Amino acid sequence: MLQVISLLLENKPGALMRVTGLLSQRGYNIESLTVGRTLDPELSRMTIVVDVETPQRTQVIKQMNKLINVLQATDLTDLPAVVRELVLIRVRTNQETRTAVLKEAEIFGGRVVDSSTEGFAIEVTGEPEKLNAFIEVMRSYGEIEVTRSGSVAIGLESKRLKLQGPVPTRGGSAGSKVEETVY
Amino acid sequence: MLAECLAREGVDCIFGYPGGVTLPFYDVLYDHEIRHVLVRHEENAAFAAEGYARTTGKVGVCCATSGPGATNLTTGLVDAMMDSIPIVAITGQVPTKLIGSDAFQEADTFGITRPCTKHNYLVKRLDELASVIHEAFYIASSGRPGPVLVDITKDVLQGQGHYTPVTSIHLPGYKVFTEGHTGQIRRAAQMIQEAERPLVYSGGGIIAANASKELQEFVELTDVPVVTTLMGLGSLSSEHPNFISMPGMHGSYAANMALTNADVLIALGVRFDDRVTGRLAAFAPHAKVVHVDIDPAEVGKNRTPDVPIVGDAKRVLPKLTKLLSENTTKNETLSAARRAWWRQVREWKAEHPYDRPTSDTEIKPQHLMAEIDRLSGGQAIVTSDVGQHQMWAAQLIRFNEPRLWINSGGLGSMGFGLPSAIGAQFARPDKLVFSISGDGGFQMSLPELGTIASHGLPIKIIIMNNGFLGMVRQWQTLFYNNRLSSVTLDCFPDAEKLAGAYGFKGRTVEKPWELAAALEEAVKEPGPYLLNVKVTPFENVFPMVPAGGAINEMVLGPPQPVAAE
Repeated sequence: MLQVISLLLENKPGALMRVTGLLSQRGYNIESLTVGRTLDPELSRMTIVVDVETPQRTQVIKQMNKLINVLQATDLTDLPAVVRELVLIRVRTNQETRTAVLKEAEIFGGRVVDSSTEGFAIEVTGEPEKLNAFIEVMRSYGEIEVTRSGSVAIGLESKRLKLQGPVPTRGGSAGSKVEETVY
Repeated sequence: MLAECLAREGVDCIFGYPGGVTLPFYDVLYDHEIRHVLVRHEENAAFAAEGYARTTGKVGVCCATSGPGATNLTTGLVDAMMDSIPIVAITGQVPTKLIGSDAFQEADTFGITRPCTKHNYLVKRLDELASVIHEAFYIASSGRPGPVLVDITKDVLQGQGHYTPVTSIHLPGYKVFTEGHTGQIRRAAQMIQEAERPLVYSGGGIIAANASKELQEFVELTDVPVVTTLMGLGSLSSEHPNFISMPGMHGSYAANMALTNADVLIALGVRFDDRVTGRLAAFAPHAKVVHVDIDPAEVGKNRTPDVPIVGDAKRVLPKLTKLLSENTTKNETLSAARRAWWRQVREWKAEHPYDRPTSDTEIKPQHLMAEIDRLSGGQAIVTSDVGQHQMWAAQLIRFNEPRLWINSGGLGSMGFGLPSAIGAQFARPDKLVFSISGDGGFQMSLPELGTIASHGLPIKIIIMNNGFLGMVRQWQTLFYNNRLSSVTLDCFPDAEKLAGAYGFKGRTVEKPWELAAALEEAVKEPGPYLLNVKVTPFENVFPMVPAGGAINEMVLGPPQPVAAE
């Protein structure tokens, strides 16, 4: 079953590798993965869609949360959330099919981003299933080339972010008091 | 700068091997107060650091150069990862401007060690170094402990700079849960209170948490029988009246039967490992489970607990004990059920104790372990490799304190025993240390005899020599029609000459009547001693739960072969 995970992580070298490495290490298949900056330039937001058995879903989230650079891992699969993806399609057309293709694109809310005598490049955004349907329709017109962005998702309910505060070091200064739980 | 950071973290001893890019660091170590122990292979530096950490609970430190030095460390890193042992590994990296150019002795240490560590770093700027080192020690030792690697480029190691104290570190995404949920602890207390057949299943987490005292108090108040995993041996003294023994694939009949019949299982610092549980669906089938662990991902990973408690056992156990001590209501039916449970457990124990065969002509491996046990009296540090000798040692040697039994549990690394004994002996110069290996594992770490000799470490190196890779042979015998493929070790060096070549004493014994005196001589020797004990070649470890079997369906002894997995 597909699981949609939203990750907030520190923008540190190797952070992406840690996430993807963890997924392959534990045998979870990545369907799609997107990453981009957040309002805070030191943080990135990642949306990952993985194929896992339902009982494993909590385990994936827990393992993600164990990564030092991950501030928060949220399972959006069953939460109110919007999941969107963008697809770019190049479709070859001839004189007969041009109008039909444009009509289909319109039905799917698509936008023509390039047009030539050979055909069109069309951009569509929407839920991944809707894009699947669009790709199928376009395929019926002939040879196509597809690039998908992977899903991006946002939860519709705000989730409080719990972060760890600074902890004193043992070696920092001679007089610093070390909390007993810390070491 | 690096040495200053390490010293401030309380490091007194580093196990390592120098190389081209770590030259600047070794130049500082030349006249630094931190002691550097030169091992003979980097893998053993990591194992020695583990031995140090497992013995003391402090962070063990190892060091290697770039490229092959770093790649050689990886087995030790994974070993520490699997057994949750706090070590910090320092590796050198080629100069920053050469990274990515396939420079001499360049390897992607940061990439290679990502899955081998709890966390890792690549330091390319001198101003990051101090905070990274302090973070590394904090991450390694807090929460569920584990290995942290810091890869440092040569230009940073060469850099001159004053150490500015780092008073605090900030890792916003690194959360450590220590206290345990109050409501869940109350539910657990209730469940334990009402149990008719309760059982404690205690693991390495109790040792990592230094919670043995708390466990003992809990056990003494509740009078619950206790099984301890391979990693948990010593978490409750082997001589404690409530101690049953080790469960699992080569665990005792009593421990496995108790797990199968318990109605409440109090799982403390354990991870329901396959070597303990056998077929998971048939594991503790009648039990409600209280699972206490500091790692949220372990709770519910293999077995869904009825009461999950994420917290530090050292904090959670006293709370449980306190709640249980406050309830003084007497319930006669329950007390009778508890007495019947104890009677049953004692019967199982008496029915099938561990096998201790002896022979007039040959040394049985169990006889060897019993003799080591006699000399240790539950007090000595015993390190082991992995395999038959490890299982017999775990079955038959008592450990009356935590941090005495040092073995490679999760990863099962051959060659672990000897180098970890080096770390243990440096950490505890006052202690008697036995390093027990098979003839296979010993030959993997044989070069470390040099380290032992050059420091005169009084380690008693015991080789249980059956001329085979015994555990693999056992599986071939039982599951592969006795087709013994590549398991014969028909050449072994003369122990007396080998030890003599390194300048210390050694001997081979093969007669049962010589064994006790030979071991006593080894223990009396003020320096190192290599004792090669030739044992019955074809002895196998029992009881045995075939892989994938239920633990109450164990095979108690030879002969009948059982189905393969």
